[in-house]
Amino acid sequence: MEPFTAVTGPAAPLLRANIDTDVIIRVERLVGTTRESMGAHAFEIWRLRPDGSEDPEFVLNRKEFRGAPILLAGANFGCGSSREGAVWALAGMGVRAVIAPSFSDIFRNNAFQNGLLPVVLDETTVRAIAAQVEAAPGNARVTVDLERQVVIAPDGSAHPFAIDPARREALLAGLDDIGLTLRAADAIAAWQRADRAARPWAWPAAPQQRT
Amino acid sequence: MATLFDKLWQAHRIAAAGRGQDLIHIDRILLHDLSGARALGEVAEKGYRVPHPELAFATPDHAVATAPGRTAETFARGAAGVAMLRDGANRHGIRLFDLGQDGQGIVHVMGPELGIVLPGLTVVCGDSHTCTNGGLGALAFGVGSSELTHALATQTLRLAKPKSMRVRFDGAFPPGTTAKDAVLHAIGALGTGAGAGYAIEWAGSAVRALPVEQRLTLCNLSIEMGARMGFIAPDETVFDWIAGRDFAPKGAAWDAALAAWRALRSDDDARFDADHAIDAGGIAPQVTWGTSPEHVIAVDAPIPAPDAAPDEARRKAWADALAYQGLAPGRPLAGTAVDWVFIGSCTNARLSDLREAAAIVRGRRVAEGVSAWVVPGSVRVKQAAEAEGLDRVFREAGFDWREPGCSLCVAANGEAVPPGARCVSTSNRNFVGRQGKDARTHLASPAMAAAAAVTGRITDIRRPF
Repeated sequence: MEPFTAVTGPAAPLLRANIDTDVIIRVERLVGTTRESMGAHAFEIWRLRPDGSEDPEFVLNRKEFRGAPILLAGANFGCGSSREGAVWALAGMGVRAVIAPSFSDIFRNNAFQNGLLPVVLDETTVRAIAAQVEAAPGNARVTVDLERQVVIAPDGSAHPFAIDPARREALLAGLDDIGLTLRAADAIAAWQRADRAARPWAWPAAPQQRT
Repeated sequence: MATLFDKLWQAHRIAAAGRGQDLIHIDRILLHDLSGARALGEVAEKGYRVPHPELAFATPDHAVATAPGRTAETFARGAAGVAMLRDGANRHGIRLFDLGQDGQGIVHVMGPELGIVLPGLTVVCGDSHTCTNGGLGALAFGVGSSELTHALATQTLRLAKPKSMRVRFDGAFPPGTTAKDAVLHAIGALGTGAGAGYAIEWAGSAVRALPVEQRLTLCNLSIEMGARMGFIAPDETVFDWIAGRDFAPKGAAWDAALAAWRALRSDDDARFDADHAIDAGGIAPQVTWGTSPEHVIAVDAPIPAPDAAPDEARRKAWADALAYQGLAPGRPLAGTAVDWVFIGSCTNARLSDLREAAAIVRGRRVAEGVSAWVVPGSVRVKQAAEAEGLDRVFREAGFDWREPGCSLCVAANGEAVPPGARCVSTSNRNFVGRQGKDARTHLASPAMAAAAAVTGRITDIRRPF
């Protein structure tokens, strides 16, 4: 996993509420595709017109926001399906951080698993940053600094954000959760031995091996 | 003073995982042909073991055709996912319920039906509607592929404990109002984001009176209110329903289970971080009008005007939704002409759902110009429905009677509602493009969907039609 320390660049304003994972990546793009290829299909419902051409009005098609590493979004970002493809699609189009008033729980977890940082700032602040970006499109730069836990707006104002410390450390180090958990294998095995005795009903028999 | 949620969490907590997270034991892992296949692939790629294959169960449901006579290859692009699921299951010795076999079905239909999911278990699946299984009193929740890989490789997840919310439906639901209507109403009243960060206990006298399949429907839509986990305290209704199922405990293990399950309830003095009460008696049959599950109204209520929205963001969302749906504010949804009807999905494709729909359809015909599908939730549901002749009721009326799978709920299998077509659907999401590019979705109960099929219009089932 790519470590996340700080990112500076254009921030694309997409301030709709309840942007769902179906809109971020259509389900058919999850079928028979690699995660690396999903960036090309991010937001295609909005990015493309019915004839397949790009809609120049859509914010992520504007040249100043193409490849923007930061997305400014409305509340409840990433609601809906659990598809991790939504995170892979965002990452594939170059997004490293999404700043929004709130995130869906599953999306937020998936983001952390892939080095994409979900930043929660209050709606007024997100709107203020978006207004600054729109006032100077192409020039405005936003910084998301995970080490200092702060977002720097184009006007230089600093906006601290909260993040679970364990998540922060894992992102800073680019740490994989599975490796971390497997270090506790003995504790897991001991818990399971006790649990088999306490809850025999919770443990089905091993399946017959097929021959 | 513990909540049911506290008890479920504590019972699975192996250790603190540092800085606000707990290491939680996972009792059941459900795998399907999209995220499940991908996670199994990742396990292989990274060289992990699956230490407890007996706790994982696999079935293809998402990207498989539901046409009669289908195989994994009928929808060619989905075949690779099914093949990966088969390979991974075989390699690790995980039980697989394959296409054409007994037990196959939509993962959240077959899991409870086979007794794989039980009260008091932690259950994960790479599918946000895993919360469905909370209807049995399980702590069940959706995860992404990475967390699913973690669960397969370690039988645990590192989780921060969500806050607790209780939503009570007090009183009794009126005739014509189902669990689907109740939960849609709650989402409309509280919002799609209301449950984010919470685990929801659905409670109250109207919920306690629900049969098991309705409880699964109610919990299914917890995620549409933002909550990854939603559950109902299990009771004798649930225990009777589970007894004797394939993977349910038997003999002494059953007695031990019953004793443990009877303690699974919130204490009378339990405190919730959020608590909501809804008058069950005031809930009419619901239909969504827009492109979010919170865009929902009673079938006879006027479609809201964007100018009446509580804030600017929602004014814009409502206006966009009305434009997408081709609707104007002010009139009720009842009477709106429909092109498609879909009865299926992990929300509403169980035997009782099909019975409810068939009761409306019996002796009637699907309206001219309407395409109507019934996609049973599992092989067992399909067989039970056929044994009581429900397939004939639907077929003779002009419905398609299909093979089990997710089908038009998620349109991941080459089946889709055509662009611009209006579909009354018993599924769970009315997002833009969810049922097909530019398709218009109206979520409703099975009886409401059946009534729309035979009248060709959104219809209030409480009135003669």
